[in-house]
Amino acid sequence: MIQVHPLVIFFASIFTSNMIFSNFLGMCSFTSVSKEIETAAGLGIAVTFVLAITTVLNYIVYHYILVYFGLEYLRFIIFILVIAAFVQFLEMVLEKYLENLYYSLGIFLPLITVNCAIMGVSLFMVTRNYNLVQTAFFGLGSGIGWALAIVSMAGIRSRINEDNLPLGLGGPAITLITTGIMAMAFIGFSGIVSIS
Amino acid sequence: MQTILLTVVVVSVISAILALILTFADKYIADYGEVNLVINGEEPLIVEGGDSLLTTLRQQKIFIPSACGGKATCGYCKVKVLSGAGPILATELPFLSKEEQAENTRLSCQVKLKQDMTIEIPEELFNVREYDVTVESIVDVTDKIKRVRFKLPEGETIKFKPGQYVQIMAPAYEGNDEEVYRAYSIASSALDHNHIELFIGFAGGIGTTYVHKYLKVGDIVKLNGPYGDFYYQDGEGEVLLVGAGTGMAPLLSILYHLRDNKVERKVRMLFGARTPDDLFALEEMKMFEEELHDFKFMPTLSRVTEEMNWQGDTGRVNNSIEKYVEKGENLTAYLCGSPVMIESIKESLAEKDIPEDHIHYDAF
Repeated sequence: MIQVHPLVIFFASIFTSNMIFSNFLGMCSFTSVSKEIETAAGLGIAVTFVLAITTVLNYIVYHYILVYFGLEYLRFIIFILVIAAFVQFLEMVLEKYLENLYYSLGIFLPLITVNCAIMGVSLFMVTRNYNLVQTAFFGLGSGIGWALAIVSMAGIRSRINEDNLPLGLGGPAITLITTGIMAMAFIGFSGIVSIS
Repeated sequence: MQTILLTVVVVSVISAILALILTFADKYIADYGEVNLVINGEEPLIVEGGDSLLTTLRQQKIFIPSACGGKATCGYCKVKVLSGAGPILATELPFLSKEEQAENTRLSCQVKLKQDMTIEIPEELFNVREYDVTVESIVDVTDKIKRVRFKLPEGETIKFKPGQYVQIMAPAYEGNDEEVYRAYSIASSALDHNHIELFIGFAGGIGTTYVHKYLKVGDIVKLNGPYGDFYYQDGEGEVLLVGAGTGMAPLLSILYHLRDNKVERKVRMLFGARTPDDLFALEEMKMFEEELHDFKFMPTLSRVTEEMNWQGDTGRVNNSIEKYVEKGENLTAYLCGSPVMIESIKESLAEKDIPEDHIHYDAF
């Protein structure tokens, strides 16, 4: 097991191993919901919350059930099941007890079930052999990193005047180009911390 | 072998546990108990919370028109929610104008009933009921249009105004996996409270395919209604009925109403079709010409050839309006047909100085 300090993992997953800028995961909602800062922030918070919790849940399920029975190859199916069930559960809880939060985040929850970043973090947690504490920091950090990416993208997009762009480069195209440039900018952080 | 069994067991057990958690959550967390629903300021109804407003109202036998079945894609199920609903959801926004948002109009399929709620719905929707009707007869009146007669269940009656429409449910059938409601105007007399007749043209859609390919005499069909603000209104002066194709239906119901109530108004009916074979209900038209105070059925055909030996008018219905309607006449028009046709007829009538509030229409 690689012994990396959990805090290192936390900061690395925000800056140097950002889910979007270095792994390009969770791109579909990243490109479609990054038009306004407010909605982007909503989705970012929801993703962070779900990521932080499902990664830990998946860690427990993986290590205490799948590894125990020697069924590691089932992780793809099981992780998706856990994520989907948790999101559903969260939606019910929010709707009942935190109504304001539900109205601002609720509509994003169904989007999260199919967000690849969430699945990706759970799978990385396995391939990188993290322990529970590392996993918890990794999940939380990745979520914050994803939220940071989508909010900054929304900020940039709200300032891009698409009228000046060639026709085929509007919308998702310019978003992907911008993502690429931002990813290069994030390389500037690479000296600080590193995990792989 | 052991791995396969183990895999099946582990996946099943994990899925079962997750399903169980969700079921309990649904039962205890998503349980909103009983809530009071006040409609139009009347006595509150005590209903089970947790469902959408549309579903709850349907359970209370109040039918809000809805074509998409609660998916927020048709935008028909609008009601005014005065209190008890949260903010307008992103899913509703495309269907609500600024004015509607300001007066708290919502899509009832998107509003969840979680607490006491006060709503306002149009009075006439109270009249709307759902019936399990039996198909009594199906007649091909032209090669594309069927006249279907439904019988209401014993002891149940329907009250409608001549010109209104009902919805029938096309169930899932081969090639269609969802139940859909489709609207058709009533062709029968409003005095006959036990039967409903509809003209259903074949258009290749879910509803018409169901009626033309699957519906048989003796079948039971879900029907609800009546709906619509297109109906005959008492008044003075001439009545001009204009229709084409299945647009015959509401006009026929209006004619029955005029006959049954011995209304002594001059009535003219212009009907557009392509060839003589496309005309139908001719015997009824003859009967009305004899029994009504002053009625003439004046079809106009657009594709006649010499062999058809057609004596009547030719061309589009607009030509007949040009020919028969006098400028500034005291006339009330009832139009039923395709939106394109209605628009052009409205223009023709406007040229004859018929005021807009004398023109009633139902475009389908």
